[in-house]
Amino acid sequence: MTTQIKKENVRNFSIIAHIDHGKSTLADRILEKTKALTQREMKEQFLDGMDLERERGITIKLNAVQLNYTSAADEDYLFHLIDTPGHVDFTYEVSRSLAACEGAILVVDAVQGIEAQTLANVYLALENELEIIPVINKIDLPGADPDRIKQEIEDVIGIDASEAILASAKDGVGIDEILERIVTDIPAPAGAKENPTKGLIFDSLYDSYKGVIAYTCIREGSIRVGDKIRMMAKGKEFEVTEIGVFRPEPTPVKELIVGDVGYLTASIKNIGDSQVGDTITLVKNPAAEPLPGYKRMNPMVYCGMFPVDSNSYNDLRDALERLQLNDSSLQFEAETSQALGFGFRTGFLGMLHMEIIQERIEREFNIDLITTAPSVIYNVILTDGTEKQVDNPSMMPDNQKLEEVQEPYVKATVMVPNEYVGPVMELCQRKRGNFVDMKYLDDNRVNIIYDIPLSEIVYDFFDTLKSQTRGYASFDYEFIGNRTSDLVKMEILLNGDTIDALSFIVHKDFAFERGKQITEKLKDLIPRQQFEVPVQAAIGNKIVARSTIKAMKKNVLSKCYGGDVSRKRKLLEKQKEGKKRMKMVGSVEVPQEAFMSVLEINDD
Amino acid sequence: MKISSAYIHIPFCQQICHYCDFVKFFYDEKAADQYLEALEIEMDGYVPGAKQVMKTIYVGGGTPTVLTAAQLEKLLKMIDGHFDIDKCEEYTFEANPGDLDQEKADLLAKYGVNRISLGVQTFDNTLLEELGRVHKEEDVYLNIDRLRHAGIDNISIDLMYGLPNQSVELFEESVDKALELNLPHYSSYSLQIEPKTVFHQRYKKGELSKPPEEDEVEMYHLLQKKLREEGIYHYEISNFSRPGYESEHNLTYWDNAYYYGIGAGAHGYLPGKRTINIRPLPAYLKKVFEDGKPVLHEEPVELKEMMEEEMFLGLRKMEGVSRARFKEKYDRDPDEVFGGAVDTLIDRGLLEEDGGYIKLTEQGKLFGNDVFASFLID
Repeated sequence: MTTQIKKENVRNFSIIAHIDHGKSTLADRILEKTKALTQREMKEQFLDGMDLERERGITIKLNAVQLNYTSAADEDYLFHLIDTPGHVDFTYEVSRSLAACEGAILVVDAVQGIEAQTLANVYLALENELEIIPVINKIDLPGADPDRIKQEIEDVIGIDASEAILASAKDGVGIDEILERIVTDIPAPAGAKENPTKGLIFDSLYDSYKGVIAYTCIREGSIRVGDKIRMMAKGKEFEVTEIGVFRPEPTPVKELIVGDVGYLTASIKNIGDSQVGDTITLVKNPAAEPLPGYKRMNPMVYCGMFPVDSNSYNDLRDALERLQLNDSSLQFEAETSQALGFGFRTGFLGMLHMEIIQERIEREFNIDLITTAPSVIYNVILTDGTEKQVDNPSMMPDNQKLEEVQEPYVKATVMVPNEYVGPVMELCQRKRGNFVDMKYLDDNRVNIIYDIPLSEIVYDFFDTLKSQTRGYASFDYEFIGNRTSDLVKMEILLNGDTIDALSFIVHKDFAFERGKQITEKLKDLIPRQQFEVPVQAAIGNKIVARSTIKAMKKNVLSKCYGGDVSRKRKLLEKQKEGKKRMKMVGSVEVPQEAFMSVLEINDD
Repeated sequence: MKISSAYIHIPFCQQICHYCDFVKFFYDEKAADQYLEALEIEMDGYVPGAKQVMKTIYVGGGTPTVLTAAQLEKLLKMIDGHFDIDKCEEYTFEANPGDLDQEKADLLAKYGVNRISLGVQTFDNTLLEELGRVHKEEDVYLNIDRLRHAGIDNISIDLMYGLPNQSVELFEESVDKALELNLPHYSSYSLQIEPKTVFHQRYKKGELSKPPEEDEVEMYHLLQKKLREEGIYHYEISNFSRPGYESEHNLTYWDNAYYYGIGAGAHGYLPGKRTINIRPLPAYLKKVFEDGKPVLHEEPVELKEMMEEEMFLGLRKMEGVSRARFKEKYDRDPDEVFGGAVDTLIDRGLLEEDGGYIKLTEQGKLFGNDVFASFLID
């Protein structure tokens, strides 16, 4: 046993909140109160370990911390706080970490109320039959309206909010009450030590010394160092080399038993062998059935990643391999582009996932990247009856060979105040959405549901939605399947040459307009060259739009800056650096941003 | 190679021009008094003993002539006390048409100043006002008369092109007026909108627009043509003179030779390093009064930097860079140092080689930065 505390006094819970509603701050306060951290040790938002997480204010990887708590009735409890990522790209990971809990603290902002993301995660919690403790946070803010929010929780989620805790995590208000309610409201984990072992893997990461570190919650039985274990989905077997808990630093223990949350290592070389959602059992006396809910995660969005400097190709592969060790949902394979040379076609769970990976490659591995516009996977039926999957617009067969193109659709749920219904519906229509339903949640808020092609929301849908609703809209989506659409491939020509990396798939009805917008956009994005460069958009052999980048006339600093040669040097170095970030495509120098621009079109 | 040039910076102005990003402060009599004391201490540091022989001395700003006659005399005496003016080939003061009266002109002549660079910028009064200049067209004529009266004929004027609201015709008018003055030297440069200037603020807000590039190029060509017709030859990207009147001081920069940089924010080049002085006035003064060394930092110049600078500075001169001289100085051929850069640029029509000199073509003059950047070694 990891501690002297009996299983009845164990509480496993997580915190559900919309981004910015104060989840990490609340987690910090709980860590402080349970003295898991002294104030001095605390960095703000301890659970968000990666720099990137802290900068973006989101949680990417999950964490599980063990806390000791002495209740008001003077009884000792062991808490496991399991942190969840707060973004729609990571819904599956959220659902697995919730599956490791018996309860959840639902944090709702006292001013902003419930958001679509919160709702989605609450439903996940309810699906996992978690006990929910509503907390209305930020009651210190002017404009806080706890009564309205309570009503909203009851109306929208349908749970009793009469005993919702009023809190201000920032000021430490309500934290004691939250800790007591964890004791009284959340049940102890079920299961028995005597049963065959079942450990749920709810996260895993790669350590270069220990191999894969699997985060696990023991639902039945126990695991000790030296045990032979089996991953039930893949059937692979390993010998456990280390077991531990997070206090919050990883602390080795001898054994994890039912109810415990901790980690184990077993010289696992490949993170794919320790997938989130899988069940660990013992080779000796194995469980008959795995825990429910395991799902292999498939990428939804693909893009091409190319090193700006073609000499960095191997470095880029190493970087992707390293990141993949830690992230089995990241997929990649070699890709060759006429325009960009050698690179990788890379698959992601969603746009945020993609941005994070790009940023990490640039920051941690120091490789300048050119990424092409993200694409979804199209299911293509050819005139000869064969079927294929296309994740790269430039690989889309010629239009005349196409019998039918199917594209992935999602059910998009947008929650907004009344007055923005018009703009939201307009946006969804423009994005080729089909109206499904609209529900008034209360006097003020509406839930709008549309079926929309995933390709229309991967890029700037959320940003546009936010700006058109002055930030009030919240948004969530789920994949609902493929549907046939009237799609064509549009190609872009620079100086007469087709640039494969700029190809994109577009609906026929929008093709001309898009072609016009994109040629204009590229004209502004690509700097003047020493000669005139025509920019053309074509469908098949037909040019549908054209713009012209005028020739550059001069580039010289005539000013002498007195004797300030250092400054001249810096300017020249900057110019040289700038050129390095450009890619020579045929005879034209194209900046990195241009390759993403095909999706960055203002619709207004 | 010994140090035979000095740049001395006077960072005061009556009014701050909207485009200027040099080190400058509003003129204040007390501050200027203190500053002159500091300059003397800094000069003592470089020239502690007997007067040093200088080939060129250049006093720039700011506006050196914003000083009162008494302050100006103090400055002139100080320079005279440290440097051998009799042996100095070229002793230049920058002046603004607004604040040069006869007394100051005479003073300059008396202490051996033999060249004046006048910040005329344009002869169009409306444009002058938009630039934030204090002077008017009439002041230019008045000042040139005063200088000539004082016996200084070697006068250069600055002309700007590519100014907001400046048409090719307006620029041509200024060039014509400038040529009527029959001066031995003209500098002309296009407006650069630099950070931390009034123009930059307006530019960012979209309140200011430069003429189209096509117009700027036309202005540059017009300038070259008109001056050539008058027998004034183009010897550096933005400098033109009658033969024998090239600015020797500016050539020290392009020839990659050493010079002292004295005063707030001044830059110097001494064997093995470029020096950069503290810019803010109070900090500069404090440091000088503390230890006489107001250098903010020194950038080491090793062989690599020297060779790069030999090219990107030297190519600014129309005569170009002598292959033989380069070899003599660095014991290596430029092709060996810069790979195929010269050939590539010749292929692109930006450079040409003629009589052992590598130099910019007409097209190369327009794309100087592309040429220069090619000589930075990775």
